[in-house]
Amino acid sequence: MFEPILLRRTTLPRSDSIDVYLANGGYRALEKALHELKPQDLIDLVKKSGLRGRGGAGFPAGLKWGFMPKENVQKYLCVNTDEGEPGTFKDRVLVEKDPHSIIEGVIIAAYAVGVTRAFVYIRGEFFLGVKSWIKAIADAYQRGYLGKNILGSDFSLDLTVHRGAGAYICGEETAMIDSLEGRRGEPRLKPPYPAQVGYLGKPTLVHNVETLANVPHIVLHGAEWYASIGTERSTGPKIFCVSGDVFRRGVYELPLGTPLREVIYDHAGGVPNNKRIKAIIPGGASTPFLTTEHLDVPMDFESLAAAGSALGTGAIVVINEDTCMVDVARRTARFFAHESCGKCTPCRVGSQRIVQVLEDIEAGRGRVGDIERLQALCEGIAGRTFCPFGDAMVAPIRSSLARFADEYQYHIQHGRCMVAA
Amino acid sequence: MSPGKFLQQDPAKRAMLLTALYVAQEQYGYLTPEAIQRVAERLGMSALDVREAASFYSMYRTKPMGRYVLQVCEGLSCHLAEGADTLVDYLKQKLHIKPGETTRDGLFTLQTVQCLASCGTSPAMRVNDTLYENLTLDRVDMILQELRGG
Repeated sequence: MFEPILLRRTTLPRSDSIDVYLANGGYRALEKALHELKPQDLIDLVKKSGLRGRGGAGFPAGLKWGFMPKENVQKYLCVNTDEGEPGTFKDRVLVEKDPHSIIEGVIIAAYAVGVTRAFVYIRGEFFLGVKSWIKAIADAYQRGYLGKNILGSDFSLDLTVHRGAGAYICGEETAMIDSLEGRRGEPRLKPPYPAQVGYLGKPTLVHNVETLANVPHIVLHGAEWYASIGTERSTGPKIFCVSGDVFRRGVYELPLGTPLREVIYDHAGGVPNNKRIKAIIPGGASTPFLTTEHLDVPMDFESLAAAGSALGTGAIVVINEDTCMVDVARRTARFFAHESCGKCTPCRVGSQRIVQVLEDIEAGRGRVGDIERLQALCEGIAGRTFCPFGDAMVAPIRSSLARFADEYQYHIQHGRCMVAA
Repeated sequence: MSPGKFLQQDPAKRAMLLTALYVAQEQYGYLTPEAIQRVAERLGMSALDVREAASFYSMYRTKPMGRYVLQVCEGLSCHLAEGADTLVDYLKQKLHIKPGETTRDGLFTLQTVQCLASCGTSPAMRVNDTLYENLTLDRVDMILQELRGG
């Protein structure tokens, strides 16, 4: 049985308080980092650990740290708490139940890359999370973990909370930076990457909450220990969020590479009423659908890519046999059409058109050629937008069309759903 | 907190826009032309600039809303969870309004929203700044009753 590392403290009473954090090993990694390690040691340590970003893209964290310029210039760090990928509710748990583990990760990362000013960008909808962040940061200041000369060292760091205002795209790092600057949160063209040109034009390190929460453990227990968890190229623990048609919805922390079947059946308790699984979303709404033939896929970056999907945020949505896949596609498309920032025409117009076609099919107004129309619309969006949003929207639609073509055909031919029939 | 307090601590004035808009929205109820103008003056921006940025974000209100804004998640996980779909229908019937509308007494506005990160605890509904999870229709009744009384 795997012992949780990131979620270990979250089950304790008053786990969000700084006293409980300190009584359970909190801020010891920071002491070690500031007093025993040099910034470059920390960058090498995180590189060696193999830690990869937990926000969806899986970019190696140590490389990102290494991209930050070494010179003594104004640099920023931004904590991405904009969790909004449908199916995902892992960062929320950390922010509400163990905020100091993230703050400790922030301070260590800031020290490693020479940042003295950091921000938390949090989804506007997370009111509880905003309160939790503000309280935790205030307590960290009061105990001397933030502010001037942290723990008697010559390192200083300020951390403040910025509240977003309802825009999924602001989870994309360059859109987040625009939003932080008080603009419309529209993605910027990359390169330059934020590590060169970020907030206010200065080098900026952007990390997901869960990524940062891993950092103190790596510092305390070493890169070898961390790399021994998970697979060779997907190291460490991962918080999986399981929702949809399972007995026990919730967050489960497991080593990367844990088979999908084990997550769904052993941890989430399987599917109620002996229903069969029809589809599984393995990593949030923007990852392609899997089916029961993929139940043995190890949940890591490489294996899911090989299976034609992606680990994404680790948000597993289980869909049983009674569900209409055209309706699932319609709901997914509606989300993306609603959240398209509108900057690129293929994404803005294409997403609306996809929704129209899907709504027509769902309402019994489907026409012969609609499947081809949807494929052509996807073709017109994929790879033709500024940011990954276009691809993110197209991926689930394409996989739905490929894997559940019979349901679309039935809808178009009979004007109703084969599932409800 | 007043916007002025934030201005001192942040490196760029404009970066306070989202915060300032929240403060203005709370004071004026929604982003009235006057509210936009005041934010613009405070941050040294044009009113047009403020409006352009504000219109990007779904949490800023451009028209009056009910005292309580009921937001029900219509995301996929909530849809799959038993009871989430009926929640919107139930509220429609109970309040005699459709999503996007406000009750005549100005008390409730009903909205459907995307993922509230309550996929593991759906059905979920946000009322102003409070999140209710694992809802049943009985609990919805209790919540509405409580809000009417308070």
